[in-house]
Amino acid sequence: MDFLNTLLIGITSGSIYSLMAISMVLVWRSTRVVNFAQAGMALLSTYFGFEAVTKLGSFWIALPVAMIGGALFAALVEMILIRLLVKHSSSGPIAGVAPIIATLGLLGLIRASASMIWGGQDVRIIGPVSNDGFTINGTTLVFSPLKLLILITVIILMLILSIVFQKTNIGLALRASAYAPEIARLSGIKVDWVRTLGWALAGAAGAVAGMFQTVNGNGTLSPDSIEFSLLLVSGFIAAVIGGLDSLIGAVIGGLVLGLMISFVLMYISSGLFFIAPFVILLTVLFIRPQGIFGAKAARRA
Amino acid sequence: MTLNVSNLTVHHGAICAINQVSIAVPTGKLAAIIGSNGAGKTTLLRTISGLKNPTHGDITWNGQSISGIKPEMLVRRGISHVSEGKSVVPELSVRENLELGAIWRGNKKEAKESIDQVITIFPRLGERIEQRADTLSGGERQMLAIGRAIMAKPQLLLLDEPSLGLAPLVVEQIFQTIRQLATSMNLTVLLVEQNAMGALKIADLGIVLNLGKVVAVNHAQALIDDPAVRAAYLGY
Repeated sequence: MDFLNTLLIGITSGSIYSLMAISMVLVWRSTRVVNFAQAGMALLSTYFGFEAVTKLGSFWIALPVAMIGGALFAALVEMILIRLLVKHSSSGPIAGVAPIIATLGLLGLIRASASMIWGGQDVRIIGPVSNDGFTINGTTLVFSPLKLLILITVIILMLILSIVFQKTNIGLALRASAYAPEIARLSGIKVDWVRTLGWALAGAAGAVAGMFQTVNGNGTLSPDSIEFSLLLVSGFIAAVIGGLDSLIGAVIGGLVLGLMISFVLMYISSGLFFIAPFVILLTVLFIRPQGIFGAKAARRA
Repeated sequence: MTLNVSNLTVHHGAICAINQVSIAVPTGKLAAIIGSNGAGKTTLLRTISGLKNPTHGDITWNGQSISGIKPEMLVRRGISHVSEGKSVVPELSVRENLELGAIWRGNKKEAKESIDQVITIFPRLGERIEQRADTLSGGERQMLAIGRAIMAKPQLLLLDEPSLGLAPLVVEQIFQTIRQLATSMNLTVLLVEQNAMGALKIADLGIVLNLGKVVAVNHAQALIDDPAVRAAYLGY
């Protein structure tokens, strides 16, 4: 029973990491920026979700509200901040670093603004269903209706995303702009807008990750929430494990990470909570530096 | 629909790549731009298609100035550019590469018809339609790159070194296809080539660039017969 428990918990938290990794990958693919503000953006979106839950009383209305809020905010960040930075630092050593530092600054800015608006204390988001574990043959699992619901929702969202990417013109434009921006441009794709769209999708994915991370944890939200730091680290590590360029890689990276953390905590020591992700990252990078799904010879530096 | 380039100057940083170039290509004509490495051929094409901004001068198409307009907008005005080195997206399938060229038209039915048209011109692409572009041979990739450009229903086609790195037989085939396309679709074509002889043979007019300046403009056949051009660029 322990094994089943550990497996299910790992998959659930892994699916949340996958969403966060997807949002990192979407941003990386569209603008070649590692976005450290992703956790801040997810935090802000989750506060939007909190407002919606409180005022409208339904988690299932709050989730799309958070997604739309997160998407709009991410799109604004790309249009106002990133587009300008990329344009003005197109060459030299600063080019690769400036946007990354800017996203770190943005992370601090968002956290500070959030604590000004919502205060430093915890606020609470009520989950849609109970987080008390299922009971089978008298044994109570940690796996709960809420965790099941999270898992199903994440799978549905990923299916939608993969259909959008594989079957629609917008998905084709997103992929072409990521792989070969110049050719996309010469084919008539408005690559600047496709980049903004990539950020918006990332913002929406991050919002869902934030909402689920909050209700899957103890349900509380604060500007300097440890849950969101963990989300950033896990999302980033999952994205790197998956090769940073691959959406499928991000999903698998998230699940691998979630499962491994879950098993380490269960069978080795629960004190390894913050160390385990890094050990896993280092192990993957030693064995396969390009990540599980990364191309062997990077076409782009 | 004439392409007019007047007094065009383009810099790469401090280096002047194109120096007061003026050329005119009448509608439906195929112009070959020849010249040695570093003559500014590629820069000229990239400036016309909007990838590069000119320092001075103007480019007009259909009587309207197009300098400073982004490449994605120029596609909507009938200008398609096949850039140097088989401009296909390796990670996408042949079909997706073709579809990419017609997304902006926003009409799936028309896009399907255009794909059928491209397959009629290049049957090999039809055989490989679901394969990834990076599994194609060099010649097939060049066909795909040209096919993608045709998907946009262009009036002006800019081709940058389509023969680069291809086997002689394939080069011959590509050149013949370009000639047929230009005639059958009444395309205006600007063909940049190192393979000067091959390009001039199918061209209506030839333009010789050297160190960023136009040094000769004439009927293609007249350039082939010109002893100076023969000695400098055709090698006999």
